[in-house]
Amino acid sequence: MSIFVDENTKVVYQGLTGSQGRFYGRLNREYGTQVVAGTNPKKAGTDVDGIPVFATVAEAVQATGANVSCVFIPAPGVRDAVLDAASGGVELIVVITEGVPMHDEAWFYNELRREYPAVRLLGPNCPGLISPGRCNIGITAGHIAKAGGPVGIVSRSGTLTYQALYELKQQGIGVTTCVGIGGDPVPGTSFIDCLAAFEGDPDTHAVMMIGEIGGSGEEEAAEFIKTEMSKPVVAYIAGVTAPPGKKMGHAGAIVSGGKGTAQAKMDALRDAGAQVGLNPTAAGALMVDVVADR
Amino acid sequence: MDLFEYQGKQLFARYDIPISPGAAAYTVDEAVAAADGIGYPVVVKAQVHVGGRGKAGGVKLAADVTECRTHASNILGMDIKGHRVGLVWIEQASDIAREYYASFTLDRSAKLHLGMLSAQGGVEIEDVATTNPDAIARIQVDPVDGLTATQCEEWVSAAGLDPEARAGTLDILQKLWRCYEAADADLMEINPLILTTDGVVRALDAKVTLDANSVFRHPDYEQYEETQPRDSREQEAFGKGLQYVGLEGSVGVIANGAGLAMSTVDVVNEVGGKAANFLDIGGGANADVMAGALEVINHDPDVQAIFINIFGGITKGEEVANGIVQALERVAIDSPIVIRLDGTNAEEGRAILQPHLSDRLRLEPTMLDAARAVVALAKAK
Repeated sequence: MSIFVDENTKVVYQGLTGSQGRFYGRLNREYGTQVVAGTNPKKAGTDVDGIPVFATVAEAVQATGANVSCVFIPAPGVRDAVLDAASGGVELIVVITEGVPMHDEAWFYNELRREYPAVRLLGPNCPGLISPGRCNIGITAGHIAKAGGPVGIVSRSGTLTYQALYELKQQGIGVTTCVGIGGDPVPGTSFIDCLAAFEGDPDTHAVMMIGEIGGSGEEEAAEFIKTEMSKPVVAYIAGVTAPPGKKMGHAGAIVSGGKGTAQAKMDALRDAGAQVGLNPTAAGALMVDVVADR
Repeated sequence: MDLFEYQGKQLFARYDIPISPGAAAYTVDEAVAAADGIGYPVVVKAQVHVGGRGKAGGVKLAADVTECRTHASNILGMDIKGHRVGLVWIEQASDIAREYYASFTLDRSAKLHLGMLSAQGGVEIEDVATTNPDAIARIQVDPVDGLTATQCEEWVSAAGLDPEARAGTLDILQKLWRCYEAADADLMEINPLILTTDGVVRALDAKVTLDANSVFRHPDYEQYEETQPRDSREQEAFGKGLQYVGLEGSVGVIANGAGLAMSTVDVVNEVGGKAANFLDIGGGANADVMAGALEVINHDPDVQAIFINIFGGITKGEEVANGIVQALERVAIDSPIVIRLDGTNAEEGRAILQPHLSDRLRLEPTMLDAARAVVALAKAK
């Protein structure tokens, strides 16, 4: 099994007619993802390599049964695109676009939480998610991942995610689902959302978690691991030696209250019973041992 | 993007947030002219992107033209924690009765905006947060609703301000919220927010961080991009559009992806070295970007060896390798280079690099091996 997506997932690409949407839409389809539609109000009725283009997500859903949307719209249009997808009836919206203003993210995250509570948002500024062998939505190179299980991956960083998929594949370890939650200030899906889903997925036996400095998502995840998770977690946190940001004012420091450094995150995760690798390779080696024990 | 105090105040003024009359000055003569226009006494305030300027002597009261000239000439050119003062803000002096604190920022954990208001303003607000957290009245603002009038009134009541300051504070907070939202700010902080002896509430300082991602709807923000503090290396990288942060070590780092770049800096440190920089060249890794990145690093006199750490995803190993080879044909590099190339078609990429390898250009199989090799080279030189 997998989390969030599987072989039956049907995806509509918002921005399929743009260069990025077209490029990754094709790659995702070649991987085996059911790429059933695209949207562009100005190009409704046309197609991209036989994939029909609709004016809105609602029309695409009605005509094709799409249940997930993937957003490649440039940043200024993301707020409207997310609303179009949520009101259009998909259950998951994956926003790949980077450079979305914080106030837009905060607005549509809360708008969805209130008006469309059943809709899951992933991103913005994320690489997407892949259930190897079943479905690949976003910008991950599918062939670097081995299908099957027993590992689930959740990550804030793109390249480190790819590295983790690749290292596990080299070791012959498969992945149920790999979710890139993105590094923006208001991620639609959190570490905890993914950890909870992996905890409930019978084919996932262990979770690899890749975090980085900033925010408190890793610390909150540690609390969840401590109280709610039975499955082993191996973590890696990037940014141990990153210098403190050139922050201005004190509001940020008051909010975080000492959280946010790589050391604080690693301490919290260790304290929660997770194993922490000091570098990506060490984390991979820890996961090899964890999987061998099970 | 961090704004200077005067830029923040000018932004506040556009939203009718009361500030003291003032003017920016780049020279002593400009400072005196500004003070003559405003009327004495004035305060001469260093404009720097760093806290603690008052303790460093960067804020002085001038009672007359002679004092104004003395302070302006002392402060202009002063070094405050490594930041050279190139500009002062001349402001009408205030008779301060009380100092408060007010701010808006994002609460990342709650995914809502956070307002903080305290009757105990002044420079030590972080201490207040630690020792007496109840002295800070906090509210969460849902971005969909915005700050409502009722919510704002309750908030001001909860902060326990002096009664004569409440109406003025209420007005300022509503304007500050509008400014925070409409200007796409990550942070807006007024510390101190003052009550004057004649009962007026005003913003005496302005700490504003704007969201660089919002420039598409605020074209005038490019002026702030230009005045961000950067050292010469960061300035060169900024000109080339590279994601670069200068550090203090001797190993130049080039990696694709922010996470991998951060991780590379960590691994260099883990094996006993120190990175000279963080540089993320993004996913493409073509010859142009690679050449630009190598040029910036080559101009850093502290760099003794360079670590190129690339993980091919969609971009294949042979494309990355060709990019590196072409970049090295264009740019003459003074330091030895160690490359780690992994991921999609890594074998093909390594085969392309093979004929170019030497003492000065090495290829290592893993990130750790490469880090050890590059740190050894940096120390040997």
